[in-house]
Amino acid sequence: MSEHLLEVKDLKVSFDTYAGEVKAVRGVSFYLDGGETLAIVGESGCGKSVTIQTVMRLNPEPPARIVGGSILYKGEELTSKTDKEMRSYRGKEFSMIFQDAMTSLNPVVRIGKQMCEAIRIHEKVSHEEAKRRAIEMLGKVGLSNPETVYRRYPHTMSGGQRQRVMIAMALCCHPSILMADEPTTALDVTTQAQILELMQDIQRETGCGIILITHNLGVVARMAERVAVMYAGQIVEKGKLSDIFYHPKHPYTWGLLGSMPDMQERSDSRLTAIPGSPPDLFAPPKGCGFAARCPYCMEICLQSDPEESPVGEGHTARCWLLNPYAAACRPVPPVGRDKQLVTPEVAGYLERKGVTQDGQ
Amino acid sequence: MANKLTGQPPLIQVEHLKKYFQVGRGRVLHAVDDVTFSIPKGTTLGLVGESGCGKTTVGRTLVGLYKPDGGKILFNGEDITGVKGKQKRALNRRMQMVYQDPYASLNPFFTVGEIITEGLEIHGIGENKKERMEIAYDLLQKVGLHREHANRFPHEFSGGQRQRVGLARSLAVNPEFIVCDEAISALDVSVQAQIVNMLVDFQESMGLTYLFIAHDLSMVRYISDQTAVMYLGQVVEIGDIHEIYEHPAHPYTQGLLHAVPVADPDYEQARKGERIMLGEVASPINPAPGCRFCSRCPRATEACKHETPQLRYVGGTHQVACHNL
Repeated sequence: MSEHLLEVKDLKVSFDTYAGEVKAVRGVSFYLDGGETLAIVGESGCGKSVTIQTVMRLNPEPPARIVGGSILYKGEELTSKTDKEMRSYRGKEFSMIFQDAMTSLNPVVRIGKQMCEAIRIHEKVSHEEAKRRAIEMLGKVGLSNPETVYRRYPHTMSGGQRQRVMIAMALCCHPSILMADEPTTALDVTTQAQILELMQDIQRETGCGIILITHNLGVVARMAERVAVMYAGQIVEKGKLSDIFYHPKHPYTWGLLGSMPDMQERSDSRLTAIPGSPPDLFAPPKGCGFAARCPYCMEICLQSDPEESPVGEGHTARCWLLNPYAAACRPVPPVGRDKQLVTPEVAGYLERKGVTQDGQ
Repeated sequence: MANKLTGQPPLIQVEHLKKYFQVGRGRVLHAVDDVTFSIPKGTTLGLVGESGCGKTTVGRTLVGLYKPDGGKILFNGEDITGVKGKQKRALNRRMQMVYQDPYASLNPFFTVGEIITEGLEIHGIGENKKERMEIAYDLLQKVGLHREHANRFPHEFSGGQRQRVGLARSLAVNPEFIVCDEAISALDVSVQAQIVNMLVDFQESMGLTYLFIAHDLSMVRYISDQTAVMYLGQVVEIGDIHEIYEHPAHPYTQGLLHAVPVADPDYEQARKGERIMLGEVASPINPAPGCRFCSRCPRATEACKHETPQLRYVGGTHQVACHNL
């Protein structure tokens, strides 16, 4: 049926709370093939974690509710599966690496027991076989003395070591999709570099697909083949790595790229912050979710939500500026290689509105 | 930038600062071991290093939260190492701290207004409550919040907004020196940029001096005039910010800078397969003599195992502690 390993189409997820319905994911579509890495980037609260947690159906339902859309894994529809049916997928077909390895590992159970538990749930193997595989996996993720690690408790290990254990645990049933939710955010840069390299090695070896969630664009540039930029529960732009970094089309992507400090060039200039904060998803705005923070906001942006429009091969963006009737527009200050200045008409428009690109 | 550093008298001078913690059974954790630096008035020193290298301990010892076990701290030329009582309190007003965790560092039972005016009350600034609230309103506006926020509680705010409240609290008593301890690490990139820009603005308008502690090397570059790189309680490299970023001399600094992922796919593609720094920070408990980095160092020789390298000038203000330059 489906040619992709995983295909998510127009997924909508809401949470029912006492204060009302939170529309956390509002129509997200993406796909993933084996052996490739897709990065989902965005600010906290934009729905990127909810999206992949929904693919694994990790959110308790209720309060979570899949309002619409479909999740196809190897052609099979997952949204209609029961919790019991989903259990055979989790850990076996796709597994997850969480951000905080300290709170995701059970503090009162030894590492080895936690790992064997996962193996023996999915496969009928003996204790000895499970132990052998767990130790082999611990060695594979670069932990020295895997036999000792097998008998240790999580609190006796450093953050980097715990993250390696998490990866070993995620891999012990050879999943075809590895989902990593901010796997390196809590780590030092040096440990981060080691963990990222480990993930790449594992991907080369097993050919699994990786969905990487992060807000660090440097990590994206190092790891991903394709990128989806999320904002307020929607994917506002997606495309190949080079499209997003060198030819970004959405003002939010411009903002994100502009707020990344440049390590190579000496710079005494200011960072470009995106002013304001994301909209309240209890009552998402009628128009474009980014309109309130967008320096290029037009009348129509407040009235109606832009459609996804293709801007290149496999590259789409949701923005009214891409409409043929909109004025040509470039990011200020220029980002990526798109280092051309704003067209005169847009500069005039911005001036009239008294927009600056600074913080609040 | 360089002229900003010269010609300014130092506000903070730290000489051979030591801070040890007893961790039981006769073991001693050398959190800060012989650290020396100075920060000229109105400038920023960025302190970087991996977790557990003692950078937070340096910051906390400076503002008087820990008592140093050796060395001197000079503030405006005055020795403040062992001050107590009234003098200490007066110093507390002049040195403030912004903490890492915007969730844990604000009292959840206080409104934002109370959080900001508490320091004013303690230091006797403002005649009465009304006047102090006026100051708080002013500060809230300065950090980009609204005066209505004064009646709200910390849990009603996002991480970035809370960090603004934390900053307003430390600015309230009109300090000269602020220690920012990983003040932006817990925030999103775009919010980090907002806070960093704000810190730079306040430095310009109020003549503040910062010690900016961070493990994110890319942001440090935007805010600092000097950088000190710490490893296991010691400064291994210190100097002008551009000098260190463009010509890092210590193998640890080189490794750190190399590990930072760059938001440029072509650049990342080009350096794929290059060696990354291996291993983890060794334990700071009873460290062995010799260079503390030698177990991870690609250039380590026999001499490194026995002799602790001292900081040496390698040009201008740039100092490096390494035997093999």
